[in-house]
Amino acid sequence: MTQALAETRPTTVITPLLETRGVSKSFGPVQALIDVDFEVRAGEVMALVGDNGAGKSTLIKCIAGTYTMDAGEVWFDGKQVTIHGPKDAARLGIEVVYQDLALCDNLDVVQNMYLGREIHDWLGRLKEAPMEARTSETLRSLRVTTISSIRQPVASLSGGQRQSVAIGRAVMWNSRVVILDEPTAALGVAQTAQVLELVRQLADQGLGVVLISHNLHDVFEVADRITVLRLGRNVAVFERAQTTQQEVVHAITAGVPTKVAGMVPEDPA
Amino acid sequence: MTAADAAAEAVAPSNSLLEIARRRWEALKAGDVGTLPIVVGLAGIVAFFYWKNENFLTAGNFTNLMTQMAGVTTIAIGVVFVLLLGEIDLSIAYVSGVAGVIVAELQIPDGSWQVKGIVAIGIAVTLTALIGALQGSFVAILGVPSFVVTLAGLLFWQGVILYVIGQQGVIIIEDATINNVANYFFSDTAGLAIAGGATGLIAAGTLAGVLSRRRHGIRTDNLLLVAGKLVFLAAVTFGAVIWANQERGFPLAFLIVIIFLVFWTWVAERTTFGRHVYAVGGNAEAARRAGINIRRIRIQVFMISGLMAGFGGVIFAARLNSVDLNAGGGTLLLDAISAAVIGGTSLFGGRGRVLSALMGALVISTVGNGIDLLGYSSAIKFMVTGAILLAAVTLDTISRRRLEQAGR
Repeated sequence: MTQALAETRPTTVITPLLETRGVSKSFGPVQALIDVDFEVRAGEVMALVGDNGAGKSTLIKCIAGTYTMDAGEVWFDGKQVTIHGPKDAARLGIEVVYQDLALCDNLDVVQNMYLGREIHDWLGRLKEAPMEARTSETLRSLRVTTISSIRQPVASLSGGQRQSVAIGRAVMWNSRVVILDEPTAALGVAQTAQVLELVRQLADQGLGVVLISHNLHDVFEVADRITVLRLGRNVAVFERAQTTQQEVVHAITAGVPTKVAGMVPEDPA
Repeated sequence: MTAADAAAEAVAPSNSLLEIARRRWEALKAGDVGTLPIVVGLAGIVAFFYWKNENFLTAGNFTNLMTQMAGVTTIAIGVVFVLLLGEIDLSIAYVSGVAGVIVAELQIPDGSWQVKGIVAIGIAVTLTALIGALQGSFVAILGVPSFVVTLAGLLFWQGVILYVIGQQGVIIIEDATINNVANYFFSDTAGLAIAGGATGLIAAGTLAGVLSRRRHGIRTDNLLLVAGKLVFLAAVTFGAVIWANQERGFPLAFLIVIIFLVFWTWVAERTTFGRHVYAVGGNAEAARRAGINIRRIRIQVFMISGLMAGFGGVIFAARLNSVDLNAGGGTLLLDAISAAVIGGTSLFGGRGRVLSALMGALVISTVGNGIDLLGYSSAIKFMVTGAILLAAVTLDTISRRRLEQAGR
């Protein structure tokens, strides 16, 4: 059984859910990204690591449509797509949870989950009941159980709970790829564990999860694979199970730009 | 059968009255004071003036109070929306004066542009709404601070009023429709019928809400509490009408205020527009990223501010049966803003309710009315109102800080 499964899913032929090929982006004279390849498969957590200025945020913003890339292709679900703005990304099912979470503290959990996409009738009247029902359903499916009332303002939630709300909002819209920018940066130990469990949960539900983090401990706890960027270039892609923190740290600080076997862009085209 | 269901629901542990009271107490400790301070403060003020002068609680004074506060409350509703965005509108008082001037000009008998009273009112408030939209555009599109834009508006519209009625100094309003806005009192039966209709509407709305939540299988509010609130509202409504009926009857001006309150509360709390106003006031950047057009929301809110200032101006003009050079002057601006703030709307944006316009105006008007009744000078009135305003803002600041600390 396990054998058969392993045979039908050899890593090399799985089509990535989201893939970028040869992405370059410069800001004036500064080359932020140079010929970067990146991919995430459905059902996996792909960590994106690198030192400050390595190009992680730039790459994410290119994928999310906040920046337009100077060169490069984006493939989604095996088809080439173009992303000109955040709306294109959202239409494909790519959601980004930024570090500041973008929650309105004065609104409650349901109101934040539906912010800007409220269910309403032709008069603009809000339909609270279905929104509340769907919110609690979504949070339950993510096994977020620590929020006692989804009608309390987000201001009264803990950091981990706020992160859960932001993630819940991202996945509620039939999204297929969720990009998390430093989700554990401001959290304590228990809260971090809670959020990492949630991250794992997302991948287990079949979403492609991109996790940006400075914390290698967190990365090794949930990631399936790890992409390392250095000075705007690819330096390595590791299988979590076959690497060590030392190896990753070495790649982050002294990695040599290279394109890793198995991610050669010419192959599938 | 349904009653049994209701009873079963009411005693469900997570939703019992005891549990609700406990949660409310927790929220209170965390700094979410709600309307509690204002209710306690108002009770204290009423008790004080009644102790000083028994005439304070007569039906005659009560109907007086209702017509006195109608204009300020109306303008303060617009202020609530502006404050919810975290902005300010200093032009409201003179914009209301402009509405008064327009209405007065348009009803001058045999004047070249005389129109029916109701049409005059419509034109006046449309123009003031446009004034609001214009000022809002400077804030929303060009990013000029609202304080400066509306300060300029304050000067400009005061100038316009002086320019238009500078020569004659006063325009008498003879149109019956316009004057009735502030001087019509319902007969006893009509008043009671209105109270009955209002109670019925509220009950129907509440019932529809409960049924909708049932249908979607989510927890309804404690039904005993819901019923209690309904009974309380009905008692207040009928009480006010019966009390007013001892004298001239229930004033039309106050019915208009109630209609405004209900309508704008509905807009603020039950529509996507209202939700977006709260969102922009709470975190404009988050609202923008969620796809909300924050420019449009800002312009629309300043439009509401202009519209409600216009209605307020019409009420004031009707009450005096005239407009003069003082239209929109005096303490009107500060009274309207103070009313919203004293009522519990935060100056920092994102927190507050339309109802706070009524609560705050009630406090300010009660104090003003009471001090007049006791024969004290306006000096005392200003000092007391100032102290109350400071207390209200201090309370808001403290509660805001405690709410922030609670979030961890």
